[in-house]
Amino acid sequence: MARFLKRRETLLFLIIALMVAGFATRAAGFASPDNLGRIFNDTAILIILALAQMVVILTKAIDLSVAANLAFTGMAIAMVNAAFPAVPLPVLVLAAIAIGAALGAINGFLVWRLEIPPIVVTLGTLTIYRGMAFVLSGGAWVNAHQMTPTFLDVPRSVVLGLPVLSWCAIAVVVFIAALLRYSPFGRAAYAAGGNPVAAVYAGINVGRTRYLAFVLSGALAGLSSYLWVSRYAVAYVDIANGFELDSVAACVIGGVAIAGGVGTVVGTVLGALFLGVIKNALPVIGISPFTQMAISGSVIILAVLFNARRERTRGRIILRDRAAAPRSQELAA
Amino acid sequence: MTQTIPDAQAHGSTATRRAIPDRLGTPIARILRRWEVLLFGVAVVIFIANALASPYFLNIWNLSDATFNFTEKALIAFAMALLVISGEIDLSVAAIIALASTAMGAAAQAGFGTAALLAIGLSVGLGCGLVNGLLVSAMKLPSIVVTIGTMSLYRGISYIVLGDKAYGNYPDSFAFFGQGYVLGPISFELMLFAGFAILFAILLHATNFGRQVFVIGNNDFAARFSGIPVERVKFILFLLTGLMSGIAAICLTSRLGSTRPSIAQGWELEVVTMVVLGGVSILGGAGTIGGVVIAAFVMGLVTFGLGLLNVPGIVMSIFIGLLLIVTIALPIVAGRIKAMSRQ
Repeated sequence: MARFLKRRETLLFLIIALMVAGFATRAAGFASPDNLGRIFNDTAILIILALAQMVVILTKAIDLSVAANLAFTGMAIAMVNAAFPAVPLPVLVLAAIAIGAALGAINGFLVWRLEIPPIVVTLGTLTIYRGMAFVLSGGAWVNAHQMTPTFLDVPRSVVLGLPVLSWCAIAVVVFIAALLRYSPFGRAAYAAGGNPVAAVYAGINVGRTRYLAFVLSGALAGLSSYLWVSRYAVAYVDIANGFELDSVAACVIGGVAIAGGVGTVVGTVLGALFLGVIKNALPVIGISPFTQMAISGSVIILAVLFNARRERTRGRIILRDRAAAPRSQELAA
Repeated sequence: MTQTIPDAQAHGSTATRRAIPDRLGTPIARILRRWEVLLFGVAVVIFIANALASPYFLNIWNLSDATFNFTEKALIAFAMALLVISGEIDLSVAAIIALASTAMGAAAQAGFGTAALLAIGLSVGLGCGLVNGLLVSAMKLPSIVVTIGTMSLYRGISYIVLGDKAYGNYPDSFAFFGQGYVLGPISFELMLFAGFAILFAILLHATNFGRQVFVIGNNDFAARFSGIPVERVKFILFLLTGLMSGIAAICLTSRLGSTRPSIAQGWELEVVTMVVLGGVSILGGAGTIGGVVIAAFVMGLVTFGLGLLNVPGIVMSIFIGLLLIVTIALPIVAGRIKAMSRQ
């Protein structure tokens, strides 16, 4: 099973490598280390949000409010930065993470304590949070000249050959990988999504695990909000509109099962990079950026088809061992 | 509704012979406790509040205008209600509107007449529903992910065709479907709304097909063993939802007189809200068309009233989001309190 799962990630990696090679034949320099670094940097925020989404999906839930959370939190800290330039950056970033986590906690609370289906909760909070961003700002924009230089420059500054933005994504990747592999929460997340009933018998509080996943997802959305506002040097109500779908798409492409319990950090990162490469390649090879949405959609559908086919063949082979067997093996993998 | 079930069982076991006098007392209480009745009360309260808040509200033409706020969404909500009752969901409905509207716009530019535009709108809706239905029922994929995918695919195609441009120049006779009035202040859209409400109510509550939808939503597995063609029923429901989205696209395009790729953005949320607010269980297996009709009026009255008070659209969406969560949370919280007070 471990080998099989690994093969999926290698396959995705090979597809991405082939795509890069293909685009490089059309546009020289596309595959240069510099450009690949740029693509990674460009995809950094998607990687962070996709990992946030993955942890939530693992627990058999979904968080459609991540982008709205990003918009509200980004607006809040940009306004603080514009009004009180003296507030140091670390305080702002911590505030962003805290606000994001609080909004995530609202989602988590509704899912955990009131047992409302996650899709309904986050569809609701998706509009509420973005609406709150409008109420907060009155529809006004916070532009680059209102932000302090430190606020704008830190994610751009290069450390050890990579911008801080890229390092943030790498740090989040390492953090989530360690969290899922070594912490009780990580084990509980896989168990809660893989088989909620069995998880309860194993002494895992499924509701609380989902709650924590939503808090984590919110906190990462908060972190991304600073990175987003700083990178694009503007904050307005509609930033990151529709980005929640990109985060779900990255997960689905990366092999995360929407029914929960299955998914890897490597797969999700590759899923995000797949979208990132396409997004960066379209203008290079002269295709209208308007096609990106349709491509994302088709890729999601193809990825679900691919995932489903894979799960079905597996189901047939191990039918006699009961459904629990492959899941426990997956947990061990 | 779920709270009445334990009561009925408790009475049934002890007083089977006295079932008739027992039931004589309960119907009024049971009717009063029904979700639809509660919702109707809410609608009346909002109506009165609106009338008090704005002097312009109680005008027959104003009220007629107010119906445009929900008729198109409600048309989709009827089909969506059946889909949700069967345990599936379609998040691509707004994107279907965008694609159907784009197709009609392109045809209008090419000089097609109104009849051809109608055919195109309906068939694009049906075609999109067909794709959703095939992916969900033939390929057995989860409908949430499939329709998130087709949502960006359908709207993405509109963006490819239109980019940052817009289609206009619809034939004059095409304007009737969104702007026409049948009788006095009763618009064509309102007639359509009423007609489809009756049609869907009959389909869901008075046909074999409707019973099958409920059975599938309550227990997909048992439905299969009872010989219900589960996949075929779901497929038909996706077709129906696509078709209703096509009809909504015709009405909306005709009313606006233009098409942009961002048309009907975010409507999937409002349609789902309408369905859930109408008392349809998001987990499937329960709900009525009557509830959805009242929910449509409630949402229309709320947004229209807020509009009269100059509340911006995005702030209204906060109310819609809150309405969605609160209406689902309230019965759960009420049930908890009741259970606690019994102990």
